[in-house]
Amino acid sequence: MQRIGVFVCWCGSNIAGTVDVQAVSDALKNEPGVVFSTNYQYMCSQAGQDIIKQAIAEHKLTGIVVCSCSPRMHEATFRKTAAAAGLNPYMVEIANIREQCSWVHKDMPIGTEKAIILGKAAVAKVNLNTPLTPGETPVTKRALVIGGGIAGIQTALDIADAGFPVDIVEKKPTIGGKMAQLDKTFPTLDCAACILTPKMVDVAQNDKIRIFSYSEVTDVKGFVGNFDVTIKKHARYVKEDVCTGCGLCTEKCPQKKVPNEFNLGMDNRRAIYIPFAQAVPKVATIDPNYCTMLKTGKCGVCSKVCTAGAIDYKQKDEFIEEKYGAIVVATGYNPISMDKFDEFAYSQSKDVITSLEFERLTNAAGPTAGKLLRPSDGKHPHTIVFVQCVGSRCDSCAQKGKEYCSKICCMYTAKHAMLTRDKYPDTDVYVFYIDVRTPGKNFDEFYRRAVEEYDVHYVKGMVGKVTPEGDKLKVQASDLLTNKQMHIDADLVVLAAAIEPDKSARPLATMLTASMDTNDFFTEAHPKLRPVESPTAGVFLSGTCQGPKDIPETVSQAGAAASKVIGLLAKDKLTGNPCVAHSDEWMCNGCSSCERVCPYGAITYEDKEFRMPDRTTAIRRIAVVNPAVCQGCGACTVACPSGAMDLRGFASSQIMAEVDAICK
Amino acid sequence: MDKNNKYLQEEILRMSGVNPRKCMSCGKCSATCPAYDEMEYHPHQFVSMVKNGDIERLLNSQSLYRCLSCFACIDRCPRSVEPAKLVEAVRLIAIRKQGANHMTADDVPELLDEDIPQQAIVSAFRKYSK
Repeated sequence: MQRIGVFVCWCGSNIAGTVDVQAVSDALKNEPGVVFSTNYQYMCSQAGQDIIKQAIAEHKLTGIVVCSCSPRMHEATFRKTAAAAGLNPYMVEIANIREQCSWVHKDMPIGTEKAIILGKAAVAKVNLNTPLTPGETPVTKRALVIGGGIAGIQTALDIADAGFPVDIVEKKPTIGGKMAQLDKTFPTLDCAACILTPKMVDVAQNDKIRIFSYSEVTDVKGFVGNFDVTIKKHARYVKEDVCTGCGLCTEKCPQKKVPNEFNLGMDNRRAIYIPFAQAVPKVATIDPNYCTMLKTGKCGVCSKVCTAGAIDYKQKDEFIEEKYGAIVVATGYNPISMDKFDEFAYSQSKDVITSLEFERLTNAAGPTAGKLLRPSDGKHPHTIVFVQCVGSRCDSCAQKGKEYCSKICCMYTAKHAMLTRDKYPDTDVYVFYIDVRTPGKNFDEFYRRAVEEYDVHYVKGMVGKVTPEGDKLKVQASDLLTNKQMHIDADLVVLAAAIEPDKSARPLATMLTASMDTNDFFTEAHPKLRPVESPTAGVFLSGTCQGPKDIPETVSQAGAAASKVIGLLAKDKLTGNPCVAHSDEWMCNGCSSCERVCPYGAITYEDKEFRMPDRTTAIRRIAVVNPAVCQGCGACTVACPSGAMDLRGFASSQIMAEVDAICK
Repeated sequence: MDKNNKYLQEEILRMSGVNPRKCMSCGKCSATCPAYDEMEYHPHQFVSMVKNGDIERLLNSQSLYRCLSCFACIDRCPRSVEPAKLVEAVRLIAIRKQGANHMTADDVPELLDEDIPQQAIVSAFRKYSK
């Protein structure tokens, strides 16, 4: 039999205002197991905690019930108090008589009655509590960053700065991500390459950072502090450690007609290529889909011209296995496909382009060497129409586009419009908008400059259709403020396409057992208070994989994710939560129901030999819970048909005792 | 909103199944409308007038009969508001009101030309000969 102490808190008048605390402590005195009951003004204060400690010693208490605020508020406080008095901290139960009682009731007798019932339930539970000890697991002091865009780069640099080794896995041949494709960055208009490439070089030169480029994560096992990850390094048919990046092969390769993905297909590259001049690692890659040598066995030009002897046509995909303590997801975004938006004639005219294509057209390293020329005929466009919100803020029933605001389009469109007017004052620039959203430091000022200083024509309304006619694009749009329909003969139409998470994110989330929303953005552990952590312990989020954001926000989030990783890797051992599931091996029939519902992948099966009553042995398949991975959600205990699965600290018997106490 | 407008608004919403509150006032319906210039009230105004219960003005407007029911606004509306369905419902209200006919069946043959598809003639009779 337990010896239970009950401590009822007034919380000033927060509880005592609607609950007769004296009546509660008196009523609970008579509950089974209770040997001491009292009340006090502020139980969480030093004096209140001393009352608890004293009572534990004087009355030899084996368990305590504190009737106070939500356990989210002070459970940790009272567990520490109990531990200081020599009691197992898991022998403490909190009856929430503030948030769930005094704050929601106005009437004293009703509030008091409910507080007594909640107290009785807690007492009934403590009667069945057992001391629990959290387990400890070691931490592998190495981090994995998946994605080598600005988010991944910043996270890796910050983690390495704290002295921990970091690996970056990037599926493209170079790190840099979308930012490497941009021309200038809002609102300060510094050149993207000028601020990004030094960081890429820092990554390459940092001896704590390894880059696995042209690679992807294919398998993740394990749990926080102890992940086992398999990385597939695609064959690039060039020895990375031998190639000097001289680029001679990329000039001599006879296969010249390969769409250049770095310029979004607006020009061609060779079958052997380096994505751009500042690529990191600066190593050539052979595209197996276009290389004549790999396809037919006849060519070998690159191998002949390579003075370093780096070409290796026989190279195979390589699998690397590595252990990590923490994983950061930084898989980024892509603009959505314009296929479903026929009204803008994207597939009919080369002169209807997306904003990212516009970036390449104005970039000095782009297909036109930075001159704004029409993709169709190479002429300078004189009338340019920008269309905002293409595929953003759509209704789910519309079956095309995304429901969310892509957040970055208003600002980059203002940037595009402004830069165009600055460089080519003879152009007429129209921006069709629904709302201009510029929350951010110096953002609205930037947009106003586009309107006031650069005379960009901002029109409130949407473009209804674009029709290619001759060498013009007939744009039909509405101007809602003057209530007129507009007809513009444009030379170039730029669509601010919505952004969506990279396609690799969904399978990765499955591997990591990290949760996602319906748009395939990774879900954070708490939308406000834990924004860079995934609900899966040890998995962190950086950049647009969590939601649309611009570069300043991405960099701050990347730093935040790094600090969380550093906080984890700085620990030698992790203390687990002892309130985890466990399976009774005699009752388990190995049906796999629990494994299927476990959101954390904490349950595995093993074949175990059992000694049966008649001196025979039997091998049975039973569930085993990894306590370090289990988060104690209890889904398995509900799914288990044989009742073998139970949760420590929240056993079915304890929950039923609480229910019984409430219903009595 | 007066009682009659309120009643008409409820009828229109019930008949059309449209929820005008979904509209985010982007104006794409009006941007896409081929009959825009012939209308006094444009598609986006139809939506906001129904939303605000300003129905009687709509009922008395010739704009009702300028809508070609081409459904371009329905196809392109990013919020699935379906303005053409609203227009149709307002038209039906007008037709069901005694003596409020836009024209009589006798007027239809005069307006016919050879290029009008038969289906349009049938629907014109259905619309105007109640």
